[in-house]
Amino acid sequence: MRIKTTHFVTFITMLVFLSCKENSTKVYKISGKEIKITDSLQGIDSLKNFITPYRTHIEEVLDEPLAFSTTSLSKDQGELNTAIGNLMADITYEQSNPVFHKRTGKNIDFVLLNHGGIRASLPKGNISRRTAYQLMPFENKILVLELSSEKIEELIEYLVTNQRAHPICKQIQIVLNKDNSLNSVTINGESIDKEQTYFVATSDYLASGGDKMDFFKNPISSTDLDYLLRNELIDYFQKVDTIRASIDNRFYKQ
Amino acid sequence: MKRRQFLNSTIASTAFISAGGLSLTACNGTPKKHLTILHTNDVHSHIDPFPANHARNPNAGGVARRAQLIESIRKENPNMLLFDAGDIFQGTPYFNFYGGEIEFKLMSMLKYDAATIGNHDFDNGIEGLFTQLPHAKFNLINSNYDFKNTIMDGNVDRYKIYVKNGLKIGVFGLGIELDGLVSKKLYKETVYLDPINIAQDITKELKESENCDLVICLSHLGYQYNSDKVSDITLARNTENIDLIIGGHTHTFMDKPVVETNRKGKKVLINQVGCYGIYLGRIDFYFDANKKSSEGISIDV
Ligand SMILES: [Zn+2]
Repeated sequence: MRIKTTHFVTFITMLVFLSCKENSTKVYKISGKEIKITDSLQGIDSLKNFITPYRTHIEEVLDEPLAFSTTSLSKDQGELNTAIGNLMADITYEQSNPVFHKRTGKNIDFVLLNHGGIRASLPKGNISRRTAYQLMPFENKILVLELSSEKIEELIEYLVTNQRAHPICKQIQIVLNKDNSLNSVTINGESIDKEQTYFVATSDYLASGGDKMDFFKNPISSTDLDYLLRNELIDYFQKVDTIRASIDNRFYKQ
Repeated sequence: MKRRQFLNSTIASTAFISAGGLSLTACNGTPKKHLTILHTNDVHSHIDPFPANHARNPNAGGVARRAQLIESIRKENPNMLLFDAGDIFQGTPYFNFYGGEIEFKLMSMLKYDAATIGNHDFDNGIEGLFTQLPHAKFNLINSNYDFKNTIMDGNVDRYKIYVKNGLKIGVFGLGIELDGLVSKKLYKETVYLDPINIAQDITKELKESENCDLVICLSHLGYQYNSDKVSDITLARNTENIDLIIGGHTHTFMDKPVVETNRKGKKVLINQVGCYGIYLGRIDFYFDANKKSSEGISIDV
C-alpha cells in the first residue's frame, strides 16, 4: 500500500511537472560572487588524510640531498654574466650535447637561455630535486636550433644591446668595448664563420618567441631533445658531489 | 491511517490537477526554484594551501578547505552543480609525480559534476589525459575539439543536460586553439573547431530542442584579448542562447561576475576565479514559473 502510494504521488508529481515544462521556468533573479578560500576553513579531515601520504612521498623525494653547494648564488650577482646563469647554461650544454650528438651525429655549438628564466637562487648547503623545481618550475624543454651565421650575428647584437646577463655557456665568449660596442666574439675559440651554420641549444619558450629573441624564428632545423631543463638540472645534481660555479669572462666589458 | 494518507494525498493532487488542469497555472503550487552553480578554473594541481609566508597568496586555497566550503553550500541548497573550466593539471609536483591521478580523485570526492579541458590538460599528452580517466567520476565536456581520430574519442561529452529540482541545465564546453600553444606531439589528431559557430549550434539545440531552462558554457578560451582572438567576451556578444560563461585560461581574478549583452540584447554572465583554487565562484539563479518573459531579471553582483 505504501509503495503504491508513493508511486501514485510520483505519477501525479510528474504530471504537474510535465505541465510546468510547457511554460519554461523563468529566471527572475541572479546573484554572483567570488568566495576566497582562507584558513578560516579547517578543511575536511578525510581529504587531508587522503592527501598526506602522497605529500609525504613527494617531500621525501624532493628533499633528498643530491649535491652540495659551498655558497649561495643569485642571479643579481654579476653584470653581464652571473655564476648561477653560467651554471645553468653549462649544465644545459653538458646534459644536452650527448643526447643531441647521439640523435644527429652533430655537436651543439653553444647554449643561450634567458635571465628571467632563473626563477630562484641556489641555496648554500644541500641541493635537492626541490632546488631544481625552484630554479625551473616550468615545464620548459631543450630544443637545438640550427641557425645561419646572419642569425648568430643578430643573436650577438641582441645580447650586446640588451646588456643583460642572459645565461650563455662557456663555449662562447663575447667581449665589449668600454663604449658598449662589440669588440670580439668567439665560438669554441673561433670567430663566426659566414659559411657555417650553428647549433644553438635553448628552451622551447625562447624558441617560440619568448623574450623577443626573434633570431630563433624560422631556424634551418629544429631538434626537440624531449629533455626538460629541470630534469637536466636534477640529472646533473645526481652526477656531481659539489656544485662549483663562478662569474668569469665569457661575457664582459673591457 | 495509511489509507487515509493515501486518500488525502490523492484528493489533494487530483484537486490540484483538476483545478489547474494542464494549464500554465498548474505550477502555482511550487513556482519558485533556486539553483546554485559553484565553479573553479586553472587550479593547476594546487592541492595544498599556499604557505603562510607566501608572498602573494599567504594561507589561501587548498582542496580540503574548498571541500568544506562546497559541502556547507550543498547543505544550504542541494540544488547545486559544481564545475571546473580546465587546466586542472600542471603547476605543482603532485602532477609531475602522479600525472593528474590525485587531482581527478579529489575532484571526484568533491563531487564535481563536470569539467572542460584546458591546454595544460594535454601536458602529459592526450594519452596522459586518457590514462587518468578512470579516476574521474565527473563528465569531461568539450564541444569544439574533434577527438574522432584520437584515443579520447567517445570519452568526452559534446554537451550534458543536468536536471536539478525539475530544472534542465544544459552545459557545453569550449577549448582554446591548441596550435602554437601546445605541441602537436601532445594533442595529436585533436581538431580545433570555431567556438562561436559551435556555440550557436549547440545552444540552439539546448534551448529550443531540449528546452533547457539554463545554458552554461564551460570555457577555456580566456576572458579577453587585445587581438581579435576569440574570448569569453566575444563569445558572449556574438551568440544568442548562453546564460552563463564559466571562464578560465587567462587566470583573471574578478571582484564580481561581469554582465555582457548578447546578439539578441539578452544578458550573459561571465565569471572566472583567477587560478590555483584561491577562490570558489558562486552564482545563484532564482526561477519563478509565474513570471512573464517580458519582466526583467534582477542581477545582483
Ligand atoms: Zn591555466
